[in-house]
Amino acid sequence: MSKLKTREDLVRLREELKSKEEKMQKEGKITRILVGMATCGIAAGAEETMKAFQEHIEKMGLVNVEVKPTGCIGKCSVEPTVEVQVPGMPTVIYGRVTPDTARKILEKHVAQKILLNEAIQDKPAIDIIKEGV
Amino acid sequence: MPYKRYVVICNADKCKQKKSNEIYEFINKELIAQGLKEEVQVVKCGCFGFCSEGPIVKILPDETIYCHVKPEDAKDIVQTHLLKNQVLKNLVYDNSQSRKNIGFKYDNYRKQLRIVLRNCGVIDPENIYDYIARDGYKALEKALFELKPDNIIEELKISGLRGRGGAGYPTWKKWQITKETASDIKYVVCNADEGDPGAYMDRSTIEGDPHSIIEAMAICGYTVGASYGYIYIRAEYPLAIKRLEIAINQARELGLLGKNILGSGFDFDIELRYGAGAYVCGEETALIASIEGNRGMPKPRPPFPSTKGLWGKPTVINNVETWANVPVILTRGGKWFASIGTDTSKGTKVFALTGKVNNSGLVEVPMGTTLRELVFDIGGGIKGGKKFKAVQTGGPSGGVIPEEYLDTPIGYENLQQLGAIMGSGGLIVMDEDDCMVDISKFYLQFAVDESCGKCAPCRIGGKQLLEMLNKISQGKGDIEDIDNMKRICFAMQKASLCGLGQNTPNPVLSTLKYFEEEYIEHIKDKKCKAGKCRDLVTFTIDPTKCVGCGLCAIKCPVNCISGEKQKPYTIDQSKCIKCGTCYEVCKFGAVIRK
Repeated sequence: MSKLKTREDLVRLREELKSKEEKMQKEGKITRILVGMATCGIAAGAEETMKAFQEHIEKMGLVNVEVKPTGCIGKCSVEPTVEVQVPGMPTVIYGRVTPDTARKILEKHVAQKILLNEAIQDKPAIDIIKEGV
Repeated sequence: MPYKRYVVICNADKCKQKKSNEIYEFINKELIAQGLKEEVQVVKCGCFGFCSEGPIVKILPDETIYCHVKPEDAKDIVQTHLLKNQVLKNLVYDNSQSRKNIGFKYDNYRKQLRIVLRNCGVIDPENIYDYIARDGYKALEKALFELKPDNIIEELKISGLRGRGGAGYPTWKKWQITKETASDIKYVVCNADEGDPGAYMDRSTIEGDPHSIIEAMAICGYTVGASYGYIYIRAEYPLAIKRLEIAINQARELGLLGKNILGSGFDFDIELRYGAGAYVCGEETALIASIEGNRGMPKPRPPFPSTKGLWGKPTVINNVETWANVPVILTRGGKWFASIGTDTSKGTKVFALTGKVNNSGLVEVPMGTTLRELVFDIGGGIKGGKKFKAVQTGGPSGGVIPEEYLDTPIGYENLQQLGAIMGSGGLIVMDEDDCMVDISKFYLQFAVDESCGKCAPCRIGGKQLLEMLNKISQGKGDIEDIDNMKRICFAMQKASLCGLGQNTPNPVLSTLKYFEEEYIEHIKDKKCKAGKCRDLVTFTIDPTKCVGCGLCAIKCPVNCISGEKQKPYTIDQSKCIKCGTCYEVCKFGAVIRK
């Protein structure tokens, strides 16, 4: 990390980050998996879920799949929760994602582009930053 | 090849009762009949939090919501929407209307609006670049280079933001007083000493979006003329602490904290201070004492911290949730923020929705949303189809709200009028199995344990109240106890030194206000209908209903149930600890609780 010395430095950095993300979305290559890893998610087993994703991605030889931790989406009753963004498919949230469900998500949703039945949860709210209300 | 469309059908209990399974089957059948099986996938999903309008069917990626769907609508959905691309006007939910407590067009059916939690579940909290990419530090940038301190305070004033720690003091006023007070050094403090039982709003906010707090504190520092901030956080929150440390270090490395931030000439840095878990340290003067290294005890106010706080210097102290609102107010404008909520309570409120509710969760709703919407829509109603009794807000300083007031729009004044408080956002749902005397006892025990002991009304009054409640729950209460309790409550409210003692009586007073008959039942009839007060409950087995399966005997933790298989069992009352396990496990309703 290099220090931002002026306002312009910060504006430039933000623009770079945004355009990089936009480019990635446009190319539609990267699949993103966000694992809810706040205390509540971890208590419900999110660390094992995270590990399962990482292991199976390697085992299955999936490329362009990024797994990263995130905060709480608020659905405590169905933790651990995971958001899956596959290009060309609607973004969905899965609840109660055990290591076994994690494997199924990779096999079906990511590899075959088929949603898992009975595991999807509705997103609790729109994204005010992206959808700009 | 991915499917072109997805039909998502609610599979939660309430929609299931209204035949959502049949809808699922019928749509699948119709898809096959119309030759769309390869193009559309149908899936069942969890509760939409919109139970009053169920069963819910959602079409993706169109984002069309259909309400009150019946199995016979399946054909129409497939033939009209999926085949001809026409929306079914009779079933569609009009999502474009703005709600009365939100001044802009808003995706309506979800009922939640995430401002404080805008980045939670979206960014990697340990990566500052994720935050910056989502307009992070834009508000600080704007403050430093475009706004004068007075403009910032004006914007906060327009926004109507009030303290989210519970008391609801206008945030702009706090900032202004500190700004106006002349001093060589000033401080900015974040109160992250979240102590209410069952509350975890602040923890989740920090764990999901630590930079929003850092950014807001820096903005405040610039506004009031402080260059140092402290975050007082419970040591019991190790993950939140770790993420804050990472965030502070990253902000320092990028030069967003430290000397001469972005070349503006403004210096600001933040340090963490850990609380040892004393509840009273959430009170601002006690918190300040604790940061100073003294015993966490409150001081009489005035002087308020905004003029004489940390080390005797003017100090702005705000709660985590209040801080998290600040950057958005500056980037979107105070007017935008003020368009959300009620006349006196603006913006949103985060609640930790717990207790006997189906979808427990961390929810953020616009002020003015009703408690009924929270409990019965977002929360999906009461677990196990039991009857709703009350909802407790505000933790040990709050009170209960019964069914008849569920349609109250959430706001500081509204909840206070009902004898509860907004508090920091703990919201515990209670059903018919919860005893109000027991609930009072629980909160009183908590308050008595946490009383610092400095002032007599709190130290002695709390203990007296607890003893009376214990007596009543044991069936040894006198009817005069109720009046005596009320008198002690009023004395504590008037004479206690700080918020802890002043609010300790709230759970007692509000349960007495709405459920006095339950107290009287305990005193006169020596009965606890909910079966929570052990001394007043007996468990017996109805020999006419008992089939002699022996399950209760296996599960009984003290082995006080005996009998022969296929013959009625009996409970040895002298050994029974009244845990209620037999009552819960019996599948034949043969265990009687009286």
